[in-house]
Amino acid sequence: MSQIDAVLEIVGRKSMLDRAQIVPETKLVDLGISSLNMVELICDIEEELGIELPFNANTRAKDFRTLGDVIAAVEKQLAAKG
Amino acid sequence: MPAIVITGLGIVSPIGLNVADFQAALFAGQSGMAMLSYPYRGKEVLFPGAPVKDFDPVRYMDAKRVSLLDRFSQFAVAAASQAYADSGLALGAAEAMRTGTIIGTGVGGIATLEESYGRLYDAEGSGRVHPFTVPRFMPNAGASHVSMALGMTGPSFTVASACASGLHAMGTAMHMLRTGFIDRAITGGAEACLTLGTLKGWEGLRVMSPDVCRPFSAHRAGLVLGEGAAMFVLEREEDARARGARIHARLAGFGMSSDAKDLTSPDLEGVTRALTLALEDAELSPEDIDYVNAHGTGTRINDATETAALKKALGARALAVPVSSSKSMFGHALGAAGALEMMATVLAVREDFAPPTIHYLGSDPECDLDVVPNTGRRHVIRAALNNAFAFGGMNAVMAVTKA
Repeated sequence: MSQIDAVLEIVGRKSMLDRAQIVPETKLVDLGISSLNMVELICDIEEELGIELPFNANTRAKDFRTLGDVIAAVEKQLAAKG
Repeated sequence: MPAIVITGLGIVSPIGLNVADFQAALFAGQSGMAMLSYPYRGKEVLFPGAPVKDFDPVRYMDAKRVSLLDRFSQFAVAAASQAYADSGLALGAAEAMRTGTIIGTGVGGIATLEESYGRLYDAEGSGRVHPFTVPRFMPNAGASHVSMALGMTGPSFTVASACASGLHAMGTAMHMLRTGFIDRAITGGAEACLTLGTLKGWEGLRVMSPDVCRPFSAHRAGLVLGEGAAMFVLEREEDARARGARIHARLAGFGMSSDAKDLTSPDLEGVTRALTLALEDAELSPEDIDYVNAHGTGTRINDATETAALKKALGARALAVPVSSSKSMFGHALGAAGALEMMATVLAVREDFAPPTIHYLGSDPECDLDVVPNTGRRHVIRAALNNAFAFGGMNAVMAVTKA
C-alpha cells in the first residue's frame, strides 16, 4: 500500500464514507467529520507515517480545503523526511 | 437582594506581581509573551507562552513550607494574601468562620503530577514519585492553602470548569453572600499550566498560535497559554460601607449557561444567553454597558462567535462600546483566566480606562467591534461585562459596576 493509499484508508475509516467518494477533490467539509474528529484524523495520519503536518484549526479553511491539500502536505513532509 | 462589592485585590500575573504593576502594564499594553524552551529527549522544544517571571514564593510563606505547594497553590496564596491585606480586614475567630474561600482552577497541580509521572515512566527516571505528589496535585490544594495561610475557617472548596473556573468561583461566592450563607469571601482563580505535557496537549487540538495571541485580529492563529492567580475579597456593600472599607467595584450581576451542544466549539445561543442573564441579574440594559472585557482567546471560532453573541445580546450598543481582550497581553490562564480578566475589568471600571487588545494586525469582518486595537484609552465606564467561556460549553458572564 502506498503512503497516499494509507492516508485515504485512514480518511475512509474516520469518515465511514464509501471509498469511491474519497478522492483528492473531496472537500474536507464534505467528509461529514466534526472539527474535533478532523484533528484526530490528522493525528492518525501523522502517527501512521511518522510525520508532522502544519495543520492549525484556526487557519485550516485557507490551508486545508480538500483531501488533495492534505495529500500534498503529506508528500511534502515525507520528502523532507527523506 | 444585598449588593456585593469588592474590597480587596491581589494578583500574580505574567505582566505584574502586584495590582499596581499589573494595572500599569495592562493600560500600557505590555506583552507578557515569550518563547519558552523545554528539554525533551536530548532536544529543545519551543512553545510560545506567557509565564509569570521572578515570582518568589518565600515573600508569602515560610521557606520550609514551599515544597508542600505546587506552583498554582503558591500563586493562590500570594494573590489572596495581597487581597486580604488590601481589604484592611483583621478578622477574629468568629468572623473567620463566616468567611468562604472559593477558588477556581482548571488543572490544579498539573506540574507536580507531570514531574512525578515523568520520574515514574521515564526509563532513566528514579521510579520514585515525590512524597507530596497527592497533596500538591489535588485541585483543591489552592483553596486549602489560602484558608490555612489566612486562617479562614468557613466554607472552602474548588470550582473546576476549565476556562470559566475563576469566574464560576466568583459567581458562586457572590451568591453565597447574597443569601447570607457567608459574610465575606476570598475568591478568584489560580493556574500554573505551562508544562510541556499541557502545551503538547493543547498543540494536539491544533488551536495554538505559533507566536503571539491576536484576539479579534486579521491573521489570528490561535491561543497562547498563560498562568497566574487573581484573588478578591467580597463583602456585602452594607457591611463594607459600615466599616469604611475602600470599595473597588460592585459585582452587579452574574449569568451562567450551558451550550449542551459541542465539547470544544462555542455556541452562539449559549453565549448570548449568559450575557443576557448577567444583564437581567444586574438590572442593567445594554445602554448602561460602557465596556466589555472579552473572553477573546484569539482562535478563529471563539472570537467570531463572541462578536456575534455580543451583537445579539447588546444590539447596537455592541458596536458603540470598547471590547478588548486582555489575553493578548497575559495569555490564556485557563482556570485563572476569568479571575485575571475580572481584575482587568475592575481596574477598567475603577479607573475609567479601556485596556487595549495588543498584537492587533488589522480588522476581520467577522470581528467588527471596537476592540481597542493596540493602544488603550481613557473612557468613562459606569458598568462593564466580563466574559469567560469554557470547553464543555460552560459560560459565565459577570456584570461589574462602579462603586
